Amino acid sequence: MTFTPLAASVFTLFTIVSLILAFVMLGSRWLKNYMYAFTAQCWLIAILSAAVGYYGGFPELYLVAVFTALFRGMLLPYLVFRIIRRMDIDRELHEVIRPSSALVLGAVLVILALAVARRIGVSLGNPGNVVVLAVTVMLAIKLIGFLMLAVRHEAISQILGLLVIENGIFLGSQILVPGMPLLLELVILFDLLIAVSCFSVLVNYLVAHVGSTSSMRLRRLRG
Amino acid sequence: MSPLTAYALILVPPVAAALLGLFTARAGWAETSNLLAAAVSFAASIVFVTLSATEPVTALGGYLILDPLAGWVVLCVAAVYLLASIYAVGYMRTETTPARLPRFYALFAGFAASMFLAPVMNNLGLYWIAIELTTLVSTFLVGFDRSPEGTEAAWKYIIVVSTGISLALLGTLLWYWAGTFVLGRRYDMTWSLLEQAAPKTNTVLTTLAFLLVLAGYGAKVGLAPLHTWLPDAHSQGPTPVSAMLSGALLNTAMVGIIRALRIAEAAGDGRLARGGLILLGAISLLVAALLIVRQTGVKRLMAYSSVEHMGVVALGFGFGGPLGVAAALYHMLNHSLNKSLMFFGAGNAARLFGSKRMSSIRTVLRYTPAGGALWLAGAVAITGAPPFGLFLSEFTTLRAGFSGGYPIPALLMLVLLVVIFVGFLNHFRGMYFEPAPGTTPDAAVRLNGWVLAPMWLALIPLLILGLWWPNRLWHLFGLIAGTGGGS
Repeated sequence: MTFTPLAASVFTLFTIVSLILAFVMLGSRWLKNYMYAFTAQCWLIAILSAAVGYYGGFPELYLVAVFTALFRGMLLPYLVFRIIRRMDIDRELHEVIRPSSALVLGAVLVILALAVARRIGVSLGNPGNVVVLAVTVMLAIKLIGFLMLAVRHEAISQILGLLVIENGIFLGSQILVPGMPLLLELVILFDLLIAVSCFSVLVNYLVAHVGSTSSMRLRRLRG
Repeated sequence: MSPLTAYALILVPPVAAALLGLFTARAGWAETSNLLAAAVSFAASIVFVTLSATEPVTALGGYLILDPLAGWVVLCVAAVYLLASIYAVGYMRTETTPARLPRFYALFAGFAASMFLAPVMNNLGLYWIAIELTTLVSTFLVGFDRSPEGTEAAWKYIIVVSTGISLALLGTLLWYWAGTFVLGRRYDMTWSLLEQAAPKTNTVLTTLAFLLVLAGYGAKVGLAPLHTWLPDAHSQGPTPVSAMLSGALLNTAMVGIIRALRIAEAAGDGRLARGGLILLGAISLLVAALLIVRQTGVKRLMAYSSVEHMGVVALGFGFGGPLGVAAALYHMLNHSLNKSLMFFGAGNAARLFGSKRMSSIRTVLRYTPAGGALWLAGAVAITGAPPFGLFLSEFTTLRAGFSGGYPIPALLMLVLLVVIFVGFLNHFRGMYFEPAPGTTPDAAVRLNGWVLAPMWLALIPLLILGLWWPNRLWHLFGLIAGTGGGS
């Protein structure tokens, strides 16, 4: 798929900023900052949907943009903030490695993602920079999400890690497959909302019955 | 009756039972409606599998695919649902308060409904959502007793599985992207359409997509190395839930891998795709063998046995050919029945001796002759000894491996099966024949017919399936292998 130069630079800008926001999350200890960066990323993706809809001629993407802004940009952060308030913590207390080291690891992951994206790009016969960039950023955000899951053990950070992974996939899908059936995108959005509600119920259990929200403490079951 | 009507008769009763369970406060109503729903679903699933044994039919605007594979897996789910529902009547009354029973049955029936939904999804994205739905519903069943361990297991389950299947979502997306170069920017993301487009798609993309989908759904199937959630979830959930997770859920996730394999074969990636599946299956067997030998918890032992058997199923589909596919499908049903039986026995023993540790469970036969004998027969069956069903399917898998050009994985499988046989039965020797004066069972616990009957109902078909492989099943498996999985 080819885009006009203006559209291509707009998409490039949005994807790069999303990647930077993933690094902001990776580098911050404070859950509030983490959440603000996540919310901003969701809004960027919503705007990106609308932009792809406008430049690519996919009117249904406007609807996706509205729902993304509504669900991911407002309802999700609201739910997560509620969980944070209930847990009464404001920073990640159980990190395995320092944020600075995590940032370096994140950079390595971006290079890895770029290598994979380049390989895909070459096999497709150089489809244009935007596509390679979209694949890179999608894989990079996904890998950074995995990294967050691996090095942070506060329950809320794990939920956020999962949401970041899904953000990466969603971002990539807007540029790579804008024609994906509308029904599917909406159902996946909705599904995420249900998942987060389930998480919030489980966090309550964790607080009430385990007495800790760190998954480091979850080590009764092993072997 | 059309296949769609039969399918509706399978899906609607558990949905209705789930709704009733949500809105009623009476334990008896919830219990009865769930049991009735399970019975109707099972009867309808037999009709459904007979009707679907033809060309694949799509229904409801192409969103549902009613093919033999869907029919077969739905039958496995329905069989386990019925057995577990009977068992739950006897078991859950002692496990929880009557006030919480309607909640349990609502979740239980909802879990069954979500598993009936997944295999018939014709759209890759909707299939992914159905699998995600099974996770969300069953999380609350795993953590149902609200103990610290149960909550821990539920948390690990939802985090590991959600992360795992996010890989499958990425793979699905790449697959759709690969398809856009052939089918245009908009098309329906159905299995068959992608299969048609597969020969012309970009190989790098489709290979990557398949591997991601395999890793993602592999996590849900419990294939090592992403199996870590499985022993926790299976050992901490109430026993009927353990049976459903192990006997039914793992199969529904396997459907995605089988259908994905079909697309990979069409894309000319078959050798590599099946190699990946064989690799995961072999690692699962290895991990299971090592952990079964040194296991201390009785339900965790059963859980690792599930990892083992899913490894065998993966090997069967990986070896491919009509023989491999038939063996793997046969193994699915045998494993569903046998693992339900094993979990029921483990639940009974844990209740009787008041502990899930095998060192506390001693001289079982003295306290429950009938239940103990059934459980012991099941243990012999699940390690793959004749004359039970699993022997036949494991033997056929081995034949498929040797004749299909995979002698080394087949040999490895044989060795590991022997290790598991010895390790697994050694635990049972301890539980049955080692005297342990220190342990006294809870004299107040009486095992009633509700918890023993499903063990009979699982063992008898298992014995029949071990002695006689019905011709109609060969025909059915041939249909499934012809339209996919096989080479």
